[in-house]
Order: sequence, then C-alpha cells, then structure tokens
Amino acid sequence: MDITPLVNGLYGIPVLGLVFQAIGYLVAVIPPNSTSIMSQATPLALAALCGVLCERSGVVNIGIEGTMLASAFTAWVVGVAINPMFQAAPTDVFGITIPLVIALIAAIGVALLISALHAWLSISLRADQIISGTIINIAAFGVTGYLDQLISKTSPAGAGEFTRFTPPDALTNLPGVGWIVSMFLNQGPIAMSAIVLIVGAQVWLFRSRWGLRTRAVGEHPRAAETVGIDVIRLRYKNVMIGGMFAGLGGAFLSIEATNSFQLGMTNGRGFIALAAMIMGRWTPLGAFASALLFATFLQLGQLINIAPPGGDLGTIMSAVPAQLFDALPYILTIVILAGVVGRSVPPAADGQPYERESAT
Amino acid sequence: MRSAGPKPTVPVKGRPGLASRAWSVAAVPVVVIGLSVLLGAVIIVFSELLVPGHTFDIGLPVVAYSALVSGALGNPDAVVSTLVYSTPLIFGGLAVGFGFKAGLFNIGAQGQFLVGALGAVMAGVALAEVPAPIAIPLAALAGFVAGGIWGFIPGFLKAVSGAHEVVSTIMLNYVAVQLLAALVSGPLKVPRSPSPVTFDVGNAAFPVILGRNGHLGIALALLAAVFVWWLLYRTTWGFEVRAVGANPDAARYAGMRPKLITIATMTFSGALAGLAGTSVLLGVTHSMTSSFGTTVGFDSIAVALLARSNPLVIIPAALLFGGMRAGAGLMQIKAQIPVELVDVLQATILLFLVASPVLRRVLRVGRRHSGPTGVDTAATPAAGEAVAI
Repeated sequence: MDITPLVNGLYGIPVLGLVFQAIGYLVAVIPPNSTSIMSQATPLALAALCGVLCERSGVVNIGIEGTMLASAFTAWVVGVAINPMFQAAPTDVFGITIPLVIALIAAIGVALLISALHAWLSISLRADQIISGTIINIAAFGVTGYLDQLISKTSPAGAGEFTRFTPPDALTNLPGVGWIVSMFLNQGPIAMSAIVLIVGAQVWLFRSRWGLRTRAVGEHPRAAETVGIDVIRLRYKNVMIGGMFAGLGGAFLSIEATNSFQLGMTNGRGFIALAAMIMGRWTPLGAFASALLFATFLQLGQLINIAPPGGDLGTIMSAVPAQLFDALPYILTIVILAGVVGRSVPPAADGQPYERESAT
Repeated sequence: MRSAGPKPTVPVKGRPGLASRAWSVAAVPVVVIGLSVLLGAVIIVFSELLVPGHTFDIGLPVVAYSALVSGALGNPDAVVSTLVYSTPLIFGGLAVGFGFKAGLFNIGAQGQFLVGALGAVMAGVALAEVPAPIAIPLAALAGFVAGGIWGFIPGFLKAVSGAHEVVSTIMLNYVAVQLLAALVSGPLKVPRSPSPVTFDVGNAAFPVILGRNGHLGIALALLAAVFVWWLLYRTTWGFEVRAVGANPDAARYAGMRPKLITIATMTFSGALAGLAGTSVLLGVTHSMTSSFGTTVGFDSIAVALLARSNPLVIIPAALLFGGMRAGAGLMQIKAQIPVELVDVLQATILLFLVASPVLRRVLRVGRRHSGPTGVDTAATPAAGEAVAI
C-alpha cells in the first residue's frame, strides 16, 4: 500500500501540517538513531539511579555531576597510565582489555570515595546537603581541570574504549521492532549493564527487605529507627551504592562512548538526571523512561543540525539559530521540572539530616 | 555568624577579651585557608610527578606560592589587577549570599552573569555614541535588568510550581551559554568580521579611576556591598527576606508572603549577578566574543560560603579569590603550574569549610549557632520542609 499521497495531503494542511511534518520527522529519524539515543540515555539513567537510591533513603545528592566528572577523568587517566604496561590485543567480546577493566574499577572506586565524603558531610556532620553537593561539583571541576592541564601537555593516548556488541542481522532487520533490538543489544558493556541494573534496582527497591527499609528511612526515619532500623548506616550504604552507579555513568563517557576526556565533559548530565528522577517519580524504571526522553532530545539537538527536516518545517527551523536546538534539552528539563514537580511527591524526609534521639 | 550585624559578638564563655573574641570569629577561616594552602602544596609536589621529565621537588610549592602572591600584590599594578578580578566576585558573592539569606540556593550566578553582560553589551553598543554620563548608567541598568530577568525565571517557577531553584538555575546556565553564542555569532556580530565578536561599547565603557586599568566598577562593587548590607539589616524587606530564610512557616504566620519574597529575592540576586557581568563587560572587555565567560559564577558561590553570606565580609572573601586569579598567571609562568590550581585551592577551602564543625571541635571554638549546618548560611533546611530535588 502506498501512503505517500495521504502523507503529502496531511503535510499540506496549513499550520496543522507542521505538526504532522514534525511527527513524520521523528518517525523517520528516531529508529535509525535508536542506538545513539540509548548511548545518550545510559549516563543519564545511571546518574538518575544514583539519585533515586540517595533520595529514597533521604539524602539529596546534587554532587552527582561532579562524581561523574571525577569518574570519567579517573577512567581515562588510569587507562593512560597503565596502558603501556599491557600490550594485549583487545578481546572479541566488547573489546575488553585488562587496562580498561582496571580503569573501570578505578572510576567506580573514586565515585565510591566521593559519595562516602558526601555521606559523611551530610549524614554524620549534618551539613547542608545542597552545599555539600555543590562543593563536590566545584572540587571535581577544579581538580580534573588542573590535572588534565598537567597531563595533556604530552597529549597521551588513552587505553581505548569498550566496543559494542553487534547483534545478528536477522534480529536487527526484523520489520517494526528491529530498531528496538539494536537499541538495547547494539551496545557496549556499560550500557547493557545499565539496563540490567535499572531493572534490578526496581525489583530491589520495591520487592526486597532492604528496599522496604530504604523507603521507610526516606519517609519517616524516626519510625524506622523505633523498629530497629539503623537509619544512619542504611543511608550511608545507599549513598555509596548510588555513587558507584554514578561512577559507572562517568566511566561510560570517557571509556565507552568516547576514548578521551574533555574538561567538563559531563555537561550538566548529572543535573538533567535529577530532573529525570523527579519525572520518573523516584522509581528506577520511571527514571529510565525519562532518561530516554531526555536522550532523544539531546540526540535531536544534534540531528537537526546535521540532517534538518525537509518541507515547510525545515524552512522554519533553518531560520532559528542552531544554538537554540542545543539548548533544547536544558529548556525541556526546566519545563518538565516546573510542570511535573508539583504533582510528583518526593520522599517525605528527603534532604533532612537525621539526628538520633538522645538516650536521656 | 548568622546575622553578624553591628551587634558585638558575645564573648565565648570562660575566655573573654578582645583577642579571644576575634579568634572565635577568625579561627575557622584562617585555619581553613592555612590547611588548604598546605594541601595545595602537597598536590603541587605530587601532581608534578604526573608530568614526564619532572622530578620530585619539595621547593616547588614555595616558588609557586610566592609567584602567586607577587602576582596578586607585588606592585601597584598587581594590586589594581587583584581589585579588577575581585569586582565581579563581590557582585557575584552578594548575589549568591543574598539568595542564601532567603534560604534560596542560586547556583545560576554564572548564567545571570552572562545574560547581564549580554544586556550591557547590547545597550552599550546602542549607546556607544551617546555622552558617557548617560550611556554608562543606562548600559549598567540594562545589565542589571537582564540579570534580574534571568533570576526571575527560577524564582517564579519555584514560587508557582515548586521547581527547585538548584536544578532550574543550573539548566538556565547552559541555556545562557547557548543564547550568548547564538546572539554573538548572529544579530550582534560585527558584519564581515572573521570571528564572532560584537562592536565596542564606546562611551558606555567604565572610565579608569585607579592605576592602569582600575575601572569604575570597583567602586560600584564596594558601594553595592554596603547597600546590600543596609538592605538586609536596616529595611523591612531585608528583614522579611531573612525571616523567610530562617523559617518560611513562621514568616507566613507573621503575615509575610514567602512566595513573593522568593520571586523578589531571586530577581534581585540575578540582577546583582547581572552587574557582575556588566562590570566585566563595561570595565574590562568592552566587547563580547562567543567565548565570553569565566568561572565567576562558581567563584561567587565560594565567596558567599566563605563570607557566610555577610555582605561586608564578602569584600575580603572576594579579594582573596580575586587575588588568586590575578596571581595565577605569574605562577604559571614562573613555576609552570597550571592556573587551574586556583580552582583546586578554592575547592579545598570549601571542603574544609563545610567540615568546619570538626575543626571547631579541634580548635575548641564555640559556635553561637546550634543549627544542623556546618556552613552557617541561612540555607539551613527549614524544619519540616522537604527539599524536593
């Protein structure tokens, strides 16, 4: 069946036709770019998962951005440092090499340390959690910038990057769903593990004893403590586990999506992730879905500049400065934050330091 | 230090006297800065090992720090340069600190800085031929208003929908960068110029009043600090701002309207940050390239935290960080240490500062403020109110 006349008819309607053209453009560009969209979504989803775990237990973490940046830098710099010691060829599976694995572990380790610092400042010292997070962001930006300046003097080569798994053509060419297959399977190890971790965290948070306790501590710590839950300890654990997810997301940027480190390469992803978390109502799966939406806009911002839509829509869009499309994900974040947050209820004890009742 | 007005500090119990009183105020900042300088020295020594061909040199921090200090204070030109670098930090520190006083966390100083500069350059270019006494105030006003608009947006969204200002201001920072790039490479660009740059602001530029390049903005920044202090501690509006910051529920029961205060505070905070951008544009660069932009926004947060949002203490705090920025260039030349070391020092100062409850315990300095925060801003999470990020 040829639907071209019908499509052309719809496109030709004044004003309303533009909407159809936009839909047509989205339908045309999203499936072929599904793999890139998932790549954009991976760091956002991992960072949002970090946010979910922290805030479900009652700790606000806006230092996710800095945690990711520090991990991205660590993964890259450890790869640079130890790569000359190993001369093994990359393996067939995901291009895994020993330096890359060590770099990944180091990145997660650094994220663990940073989140432990945030936990100590905000849980034990009961410092303002937003200030603690902001300081982590400033510190990460400063330290990575300084070390990057020192190291990049010699423009060293990194340890390469994880490569993507290539699913069989029979699957990716399936009509209608092939692009979904390649979206989730034509990925590297970190992106794939992100999907597993998100599903796992959803089950863990809502179907396990730890998850129930975590949510209790985030909603009503006093009540949780009266039934014998160690509020402080549980918050520490959640913040640190969440930090490891953020570290994984940071490592993704420098040793899976690319093979390099740039100053401030996280580019606000840690904050967009917080918006994704809110939009996903503090659930891992919801946050993942929102991350995919944001990722689509991040990708569209680039696509519109490379392959603009045709027709009237294209004419209108070419009149708009390209930079405004780059600003699109950030504007979307604000709009969603303003529109959704009113109806999206955070954990009741979110952001409040907990003080044990004195034993008097 | 929650409300360090003219009221004399109550002497610490058992250790009266002026010296101990001064110590109880200055101990934490002094120790924090001292520890940061030490940690910075350790970082310098060990990070040099990352550079091939460099060796372990225990004397390097001394070389670096002495270059830093002489670059900031070594001669009259250096002192003026320190003042010039400090000017936007005073405005920015006031902006962030004013927000803190109302319990608002304005991380968007960077974006308001850029949009303020954008407003100033647009008005300045238009007024370039107009006599200076008219052009300068109007261009500065344009920067003030532009920054205010950029601060109004998150304030309005927070009041109306509860969108937390931390995320929305950060997002607006990124939007501001793109807006600036779009305008400077588009409508504001000098025609047929090889690179994106705007016209010069001509007569709207701040006159030099001190040394080689000490511009009028320095004096304006000092006046602004005094003005903000007066506003906070001597006016009804300032009292309401502080009341809302201390306890929004109590303020509401007392008949104040926290939502209006939120909008007004964010707008004024943004306007002050806009003046920071204005002072750099009209005082230093006089035109705008697409790479316009510095680290003023984040430095301002550091300044406000170090000064605990006190408008008058913000001046020395800004001088400290401005001096480091001014001296960093000489340090890079003499000791081959990247200027980014200043960012590291700033970060360590902030880290030690937020851990100051531990320091206080070690130093046995009492604190008059029993709230839960380490850094005594007014941004203590208000009792019972969830921070919805």
